[in-house]
Amino acid sequence: MEKFEKITGVAAPMPLINIDTDMIIPKLFLKTIKRSGLGVNLFDEMRYDDDRNEIPDFVLNKPAYRDAEIIIAGDNFGCGSSREHAPWAIKDFGIRCVISTSFADIFFNNCFKNGILPIVLPEAERDFLMKDAENGSNARMTIDLEAQEITASDGTVISFEVDAFKKHCLLEGLDDIGQTMAKVDSIASFEKQAEVSRPWV
Amino acid sequence: MSPKTLYDKIWDAHIAHEAEDGTTLLYIDRHLVHEVTSPQAFEGLRMAGRTVRAPEKTIAVPDHNVPTTEDRVNGIDNEESRIQVEALDQNAKDFGIHYYPVSDVRQGIVHIVGPEQGWTLPGMTVVCGDSHTATHGAFGALAHGIGTSEVEHVLATQTLIQKKSKNMKVEITGKLKPGVTAKDITLAVIGETGTAGGTGYVIEYCGEAIRDLSMEGRMTVCNMAIEGGARAGLIAPDETTYEYVKGRPHAPKGAQWDAALAWWKTLYTDEDAHFDKVVTLKGEDIAPVVTWGTSPEDVLPITATVPNPSDFSGGKVEAAQRAIEYMGLEAGQKLTDIKIDTVFIGSCTNGRIEDLRAAAEVLKGKKIADGMRAMVVPGSGLVRAQAEEEGIAQIFIDAGFEWRMAGCSMCLAMNPDQLAPGERCAATSNRNFEGRQGRGGRTHLLSPQMAAAAAVTGHLTDIRDLT
Repeated sequence: MEKFEKITGVAAPMPLINIDTDMIIPKLFLKTIKRSGLGVNLFDEMRYDDDRNEIPDFVLNKPAYRDAEIIIAGDNFGCGSSREHAPWAIKDFGIRCVISTSFADIFFNNCFKNGILPIVLPEAERDFLMKDAENGSNARMTIDLEAQEITASDGTVISFEVDAFKKHCLLEGLDDIGQTMAKVDSIASFEKQAEVSRPWV
Repeated sequence: MSPKTLYDKIWDAHIAHEAEDGTTLLYIDRHLVHEVTSPQAFEGLRMAGRTVRAPEKTIAVPDHNVPTTEDRVNGIDNEESRIQVEALDQNAKDFGIHYYPVSDVRQGIVHIVGPEQGWTLPGMTVVCGDSHTATHGAFGALAHGIGTSEVEHVLATQTLIQKKSKNMKVEITGKLKPGVTAKDITLAVIGETGTAGGTGYVIEYCGEAIRDLSMEGRMTVCNMAIEGGARAGLIAPDETTYEYVKGRPHAPKGAQWDAALAWWKTLYTDEDAHFDKVVTLKGEDIAPVVTWGTSPEDVLPITATVPNPSDFSGGKVEAAQRAIEYMGLEAGQKLTDIKIDTVFIGSCTNGRIEDLRAAAEVLKGKKIADGMRAMVVPGSGLVRAQAEEEGIAQIFIDAGFEWRMAGCSMCLAMNPDQLAPGERCAATSNRNFEGRQGRGGRTHLLSPQMAAAAAVTGHLTDIRDLT
């Protein structure tokens, strides 16, 4: 997994609440058996018209935000399905960080498995960054995971919380399975004991 | 010992390893797999030279992509869909996991097949690369959706890296009024809490109205826990649960049944156990409901009118405006005046035999409205077979419904069953998101009875008014 240490980039404002996984990557694109190449279809139905032309009003189609690396989002981003195609598409587009007041649980977890940092902030701070992001490509923000700090374009510093284990994995780019494999003895002994206590499983 | 919730008890029984910060390796008893979220996970195993740790606890079935027309035995036309299903065929074979291929009468939606075959049992941990895994919580099993990376993790290690969620209680007191179903309960709860109301929680549903539900109704309630943002929904097992489970192909038998039952009977929330959040609804206050917008929280009683965006506050104002536009509605319009051109009965929410019986009861001796396209997609091949045996299939066919083979179908429209832009569907499924049933399609969520009623009248209809 790609490490996440510190990024500086343009933030795209997406104030709509409840942006769901069907919006992020419509089901049509779930038929792939690969993880790559989904960025072109990120937010597909919001981004393209019926003739596959870009809809100029959509934020990621605007010149200022075409290379955005951060999304500032409305409440409850990523609700809906468990499709990891959503973070795959986000990452493939080049977005490394999403900031909102809340995220759907499965989407939130899926981000961390793919080198994307989802950040939960109180409403007032999210709103401040949303305003900042509306300033376009001049408004570059810095996300420093080690320091757990966001620096807005005017120099304002906002700190954020992140689970210590997840932070460690992102900073080091660690693969979960490898780490769990190191605890295989614990799993084996659990299985042995469960065979006695719940043999019907 | 301090009193525990049902969730606490199941969690504690599955800790394979716990770090000082609470990060836990949770052991997984059942891993359900389908064709859309698993190919990359199996590929990951191959690349790393890993095997499936517990193939005997891993069950796969293709459901999302499969066509639901009878000619599917001749193969799947759509190349991408066919490749995904063939990949699952191959992966099931290569890794030695239980498999129900498209040709098997037991094939169906993974969340209907699991309980039907007795794979899902009380007190288990159940995961699947699908958010509606919450369905299995109806058995008092801790069940939730996971992403593909986690699918690979479970395949390789039979565990998940987890932090414990908080406890939330949703109590439905008293009795339901006539015409009100499990679907109305679960939608009404989301209407009350919002789609993020359950974020960070595992919900335990309880109260007389929940106890009175059949297992199938309980599955409908838990299925949509995810739509309320919760990691999982749970209902404590009781006699209704044991009766449903007993005798199913993979349920324990003989002495093992007795041992299992003894443990299952300890699976309830202790008196005075702590809940971090409590929501209570009176059963008698719940009306037959429908959704008007593009979020499952956009729920109103069928007697209501389309809201005005200014009725809301904050970000919901813009979201409601957008939803009303997308849905082609007008504020103040009566919900019962909304015309429907498509009806979809099926999905892991409402694709079981009782759902079909309830819809058929409404349709008996009636015809669907002129120009209506109506479709029933049984949740599994066995549900379909049973409905045919009971004469229910014939009622649907006589009424003008298409009688389909099992699969997810128009719930998410990955197969050919889709809405065209602007088409409006009364659906018994679980999501009314923009484009969910096809680009530009419009979805109203409701119960099977209400879907059948809408098919007959051609507009959203209060089931209590239909004679």
